[in-house]
Amino acid sequence: MSGSLVREIVSLSLQHVRLVGLTIAIAVTLALPAAVLVARRPATRRWVLGFTNIAQTVPSLALFGFLLPFTGIGEHTAILALSLYALLPILRNTVTGILGVDPAVRESALAMGMTPRQILWQVEMPLAVPSIVAGLRIATVTTIGTATIAAFIGAGGLGVFLVRGIAMMDKQALLAGALPAAAMALAADEGLEWIERRLSPV
Amino acid sequence: MPSAILEIRDVSCALGGRPVLRHIDLKVEEGETVVLLGRSGSGKTTLLKTINGLAPVSAGEVRFEGRAAVQWDAVRMRRRMGYVIQDAGLFPHWTVEANIGLVPRLEKWEPARVAARVELLLAAVGLAPAEFRHRYPRQLSGGERQRVGIARALGADPPLLLFDEPFASLDPITRFELQRQLLELRRTVRKTALFVTHDVREALMLASRIALLDGGALDLVATPAEFRTARTPEARAFLAGLEENGRPN
Repeated sequence: MSGSLVREIVSLSLQHVRLVGLTIAIAVTLALPAAVLVARRPATRRWVLGFTNIAQTVPSLALFGFLLPFTGIGEHTAILALSLYALLPILRNTVTGILGVDPAVRESALAMGMTPRQILWQVEMPLAVPSIVAGLRIATVTTIGTATIAAFIGAGGLGVFLVRGIAMMDKQALLAGALPAAAMALAADEGLEWIERRLSPV
Repeated sequence: MPSAILEIRDVSCALGGRPVLRHIDLKVEEGETVVLLGRSGSGKTTLLKTINGLAPVSAGEVRFEGRAAVQWDAVRMRRRMGYVIQDAGLFPHWTVEANIGLVPRLEKWEPARVAARVELLLAAVGLAPAEFRHRYPRQLSGGERQRVGIARALGADPPLLLFDEPFASLDPITRFELQRQLLELRRTVRKTALFVTHDVREALMLASRIALLDGGALDLVATPAEFRTARTPEARAFLAGLEENGRPN
């Protein structure tokens, strides 16, 4: 393996991490408040979860294609599309976590004179943490995989190797993209699982 | 003359269009323990919940400390009513100390004062503070959890305590221990309490007065001595169960 290949693997990996990191940051920023807002409103909840579900069913290559005329070639289009995919697991797991709090615990919180805001921040959110981190884990692992396709719209990342490998039938290029992506996904999965265990409040 | 800390005036309640309580009238004087006795579905838990606003009052009014409940800020009023439910409803992510200190902290007590209060309350419910303060609810037995639940309800020294079948899921021996502990506590802290149960023995043991509910209506209100000779069919049904099971406790 030549030195230039190693350097390229490193730089494209870093680009990949950046894509994934920005995507997850945006998805969390949108999904957490949205989950808090819709958890207690069944009608809105169905709409919002329905929308994210539909977004999830659009094939990623097609979604990139749809977005191109509006947002053009490059990283931002990829991040926009990837964020849409990452929304669902985070949103759904946060809602599940909030609604999964033992009704007896919520009832006694209310009966002891906690305000709804205090119940949310001191009781429901801490107890929902394991579920939220589990959602984050699913979102991160899928985004690492899906982000490889973003190379087709010029977003860079490890997908660049895959595009090249497919076009030139170059096995070494395919492996140079696939192996680091797989390793990254495994590491993220293990790491977040560890955090999930550590943060588990009970 | 003792004054009524709680007055329930002609209260009715409907849940999902179904009437659950019909025209309940009940006064609770300071220092007494009124036991709401009834079979499942008689409305006793709902009656308890109309008092702290967890169940809606469709007609009539609840007055607490001389003021109509609707004039109270719900949060302020609830902090003056300790609440104990079956299985305690402790916060699983908080230590025993944090659970018991909940209302004092919400009321912005000094940390040192909260800590002293927690220590006093743990001792009062028969748990060694040093041993239990830092445990989590999952590290407690059912009886210990319920003791912590009672200590939490006493947290900021509320004038009224509401108990919703607190001992229903405990084994008979632990239940009896806790009933005795509660009697003991009543001697020392002299709290006014409303206590929901379907266990007539528990009612006879703990009550200053028993309010018997039947189908959402008040069947009778009587002292334990009067209750033992009560003539209503529902009271006799409960007393018959007592005889069936042999000697009390």
